[in-house]
Amino acid sequence: MIGLNLFDSWVWKMAWRDSRFSRKRLFLSMACITFGVAALVAITSFSENLQQTIDQQSKILLGADLVIRSRRPFRNESEVLLTSIGGERARQASFASMVYFPKSGSTRLARIRALEGDFPFYGDLETDPEEGAESFRSGSGAIVDESLMLQFDVHVGDPIKIGAHTFRITGKIKKIPGESVAIGLLQPRVYIPMGSLGATKLVRKGSIVTYRAFFKFDDGRDVEALIQSIKPQLREYGLRATTVQQRKRRLGRIMENLPRFLNLVGFLALLLGGVGVASAIHVYVRQKITTVAVLRCVGAKAGRIFAVYLVQSMVMGLLGSILGVLAGVGVQRWLPRVLADFLPMEIVVTVSWSAVLMGLAVGLAVALLFALLPLISLKRVSPLLTLRSSFENSLPSFMDPPRIIVLLLIAIGIGAFAVFQTQNWNQGLGFTAGLVLAAGLLIGLARVLILVARKFFPQSWPYVWRQGLANLYRPNNQTSVLMLSLGLGTFLIMTLHFSQRMLLDQVVWTAGGGRPNMVLFDVQPQQRKGLADLLASHKVPLLQEIPIVTMRLLSVNGRSTQEIRSDPKSDIPRWVLRREYRSTYRNHLVETERLIAGSLNGSPNLEGSPNWVSLEKGIAEDLMVGVGDELVFDISGVPLRTRVGSIRQVNWQRFQPNFFIVFAEGLLEKAPQFFVQVTRIANGEASAGLQRAVVQNFPNVSAIDLSLVLTTVDAVLKRVYFAIRFVALFSIITGLLVLASSVLTSRYQRFRESVLLRTLGATRAQVRNIMLIEYLFLGGVASLAGSLLALGASWGLAHFVFEVVYVPRGEGVLIAVVAVIGLTLLIGMLNSRRICDRPPLEVLRYEN
Amino acid sequence: MKESTILDVQSLSKSYKSGDGTLVVLKSIAFTLTKGSTCALVGPSGSGKTTLLGLCAGLDRPSSGSVVLNGIELGSLSEDQLSEFRNKHTGFIFQTFQLISTLTALENVMVPAELRGEPDARSHAMELLECVGLGDRTHHYPVQLSGGEQQRVAIARSFINRPRVLFADEPTGNLDAETGKKIVTLLFELNALAGTTLILATHDTALSQHTARVIQIKGGQIVSDITKEPSQPALEEASSG
Repeated sequence: MIGLNLFDSWVWKMAWRDSRFSRKRLFLSMACITFGVAALVAITSFSENLQQTIDQQSKILLGADLVIRSRRPFRNESEVLLTSIGGERARQASFASMVYFPKSGSTRLARIRALEGDFPFYGDLETDPEEGAESFRSGSGAIVDESLMLQFDVHVGDPIKIGAHTFRITGKIKKIPGESVAIGLLQPRVYIPMGSLGATKLVRKGSIVTYRAFFKFDDGRDVEALIQSIKPQLREYGLRATTVQQRKRRLGRIMENLPRFLNLVGFLALLLGGVGVASAIHVYVRQKITTVAVLRCVGAKAGRIFAVYLVQSMVMGLLGSILGVLAGVGVQRWLPRVLADFLPMEIVVTVSWSAVLMGLAVGLAVALLFALLPLISLKRVSPLLTLRSSFENSLPSFMDPPRIIVLLLIAIGIGAFAVFQTQNWNQGLGFTAGLVLAAGLLIGLARVLILVARKFFPQSWPYVWRQGLANLYRPNNQTSVLMLSLGLGTFLIMTLHFSQRMLLDQVVWTAGGGRPNMVLFDVQPQQRKGLADLLASHKVPLLQEIPIVTMRLLSVNGRSTQEIRSDPKSDIPRWVLRREYRSTYRNHLVETERLIAGSLNGSPNLEGSPNWVSLEKGIAEDLMVGVGDELVFDISGVPLRTRVGSIRQVNWQRFQPNFFIVFAEGLLEKAPQFFVQVTRIANGEASAGLQRAVVQNFPNVSAIDLSLVLTTVDAVLKRVYFAIRFVALFSIITGLLVLASSVLTSRYQRFRESVLLRTLGATRAQVRNIMLIEYLFLGGVASLAGSLLALGASWGLAHFVFEVVYVPRGEGVLIAVVAVIGLTLLIGMLNSRRICDRPPLEVLRYEN
Repeated sequence: MKESTILDVQSLSKSYKSGDGTLVVLKSIAFTLTKGSTCALVGPSGSGKTTLLGLCAGLDRPSSGSVVLNGIELGSLSEDQLSEFRNKHTGFIFQTFQLISTLTALENVMVPAELRGEPDARSHAMELLECVGLGDRTHHYPVQLSGGEQQRVAIARSFINRPRVLFADEPTGNLDAETGKKIVTLLFELNALAGTTLILATHDTALSQHTARVIQIKGGQIVSDITKEPSQPALEEASSG
């Protein structure tokens, strides 16, 4: 084992002196680390800031730290519990009621919210005029949803009658924090002060009213733990609690995917940096072999020489990391400011010291680990090389034990970092295994390429082509190194690109131009045609018409829901047994669904002619049933025995009616049902016009305009899109550096023979073409292999990490191959300029 | 081994694997050298003289046989011990000078002394550079020096650790005749002053005439071993040449 002493003053002195004419080359290696660390720090900090903003946003969406709700007025014991929780409190009672606008004589079903206290505690109740949000609270004021006022041509100052009391409208509601936007839009909202609730005379015994108590805690307490501690009482008193964490979870998979993706990008940028370091140091070490041999000859021990170059790599890694940290912090602070107008909300930018420290440590570690790989070959440099200038015995064999140890260290390092970044053992180790596999395949491919080039060498090809091809297998060839660096670079960048496209596709589909934005609820069977005609007269398309039958579950596999609910050993959540199911019937899947078990029409092998139902995956898991199990439903008092014929995966992120239970056609057509019609409407004005027409002609039909919901989602997604593009840029820059570094490897390798060829009379074009042909073969094969590997990796990511449907993109492979070949040739040509354009002797003197 | 012996080579063989076969470069070489003597290993290209020089200097390990240098069997030393040994007891001069391109002339000379941690490495190196006539080129890099100047730096470097044995591989091979003569003169002068044993490998018969002993190698074997009369001091001849 090499004795290593980094405190040896000669080592530091020699490291400094030796680097004199190589600092440019070391700079390339440093730049790889700089960009990798910059990406990591910027992403980690940005991700942290984004997470903080999302955290803040979820508080705003909840409007409080904790919400406790009840379907009955809070009883004495509940009040005692609420008081014991402490903190600042506000109250709300909400119920559905018709509202009447005396000026126009119009009526509309609305959601009335009687408010007491300073709710929302987080975020603002935005109204026009601004003071309306405050002034309605004291007196007989009301604030009304903007869409409702637009619909009925009502203005601020106009009266609105709710029950027995007439309120004066003090503002139109622009934005309401503190509730789920989608649910809030189901019915237009009207806020009134709690003090005036009695005057409406709408709340009586038996009224369906939801009571909420909002809490704000200034002591930073653990709300989740609090909920756990009072869970028995909550259950006993029929209370349900919602916390910020729960609300955050509901923000959906897209927002969960973002930090994961950003972390992945940081991880890939860093690995690219590592590949760049290995590649640059590989060239560097090759250049230093004679120096090492001389030092060995005059008595320097292998360990001391190794330490010289380790110190250089370490200092380079540290400087690169420091620059990277500075760049990362700068970009992280600067970009949101510049893009403030494009960001839907202000991201609170703070320096993440943990990200800074991590950037420094990880940058240094990556620089050292990846530098070690080429550096260990130094220990094999014989002093005999001073007498015989052959590199043969300086090449480490593939199974060299120190090399294996370093490779293992790299694999362990990558694994540990991946687990740390993804916070998930399976995913972290999966990433690592994928990368190790990719590297192994690329090295294997390089060997195959060498064998094929040698075995099937085309003797009849022109000299330049033969020479270029022969470079693939001749001594000191760079086939393996370039295949690994170019291939791995392409693989990482393309995996990033494919993942980015995958996530953006999800976003674009959800928020794309063609999505439905208006849902008409409660359409009775006899109203279907009339409403469809009305839509046609307003020139809006009827995109979907969905029948809905309401039902309850009676039994699961012969056990009544009541029995299961009272069984303390049962793990089936109570809500799935109690809830009212709104189901539909059809014999096909819709775009948001994927069949994961059985078939929609059931299995013909089962006896009889059962009534098939298809269950959503989550509800099937909750009910602990699978294909073939029996469920009995109560449909308007009539029990219907069914069998589970299939299980579907449903993408709930998309704004369109989705169902837990879908019945096969032919069962429910005669059951009491209503319909939902889905359409797309161009703008707010047209929407209000259509809604007015719907209310006038079909008073029972509720029209829900999803535009506001989608506006909110769009705003968030724009930021997501920006973040993805921004962070991907870092990896692409690092990738280009790696490419440059890889091509430089070949330049140092080939320059002597190129100059010799020129001396022997080869033209500049011939010399350049020989080099370009070699690059063409290597760039082509490496980028093709890297892209194909990336396709496989993105499938894995789609399937196991992001849980989205994967659509392979062949055109991406083509673009990658062309781009990598083009860039390789371009950088190769730029690099070969000096060799080709100057007299051979001048080049030899300089390069020596 | 006699007390006056500095180098004792016995049954030394060296072979390399070459494709499917074995290439024998040296076969059963045996000779001894006394302290302060000068010896030329001569022979045509490919005869094995450089390989023999490398083995004698501990730069390579023999396939069989032994090399005892300054009383130490080199085969018994580890790689690191060999490095330390070279640093303490040997000096080298190469055909291609082998200066470290990133170090100045002064720094190149200082390297062996600095490796030992000698506190007066700088002043000692300065003295040696003055001695070889390069006192005004101490801060020049190798690329800024002529071939002859580079070889002078290499000679200065080889003497900084006061070696017992100096190995030189074709020291004039890359120099023109005039410069070559000057270098030879300088080399032998310094060698005489320091009382160092000098072994040089060369195919230049003129150069070999300056040494007291000439061992001729052909096909990996010693074909002649001639020791000249003590009345013919090598230095004298070199100076007059």
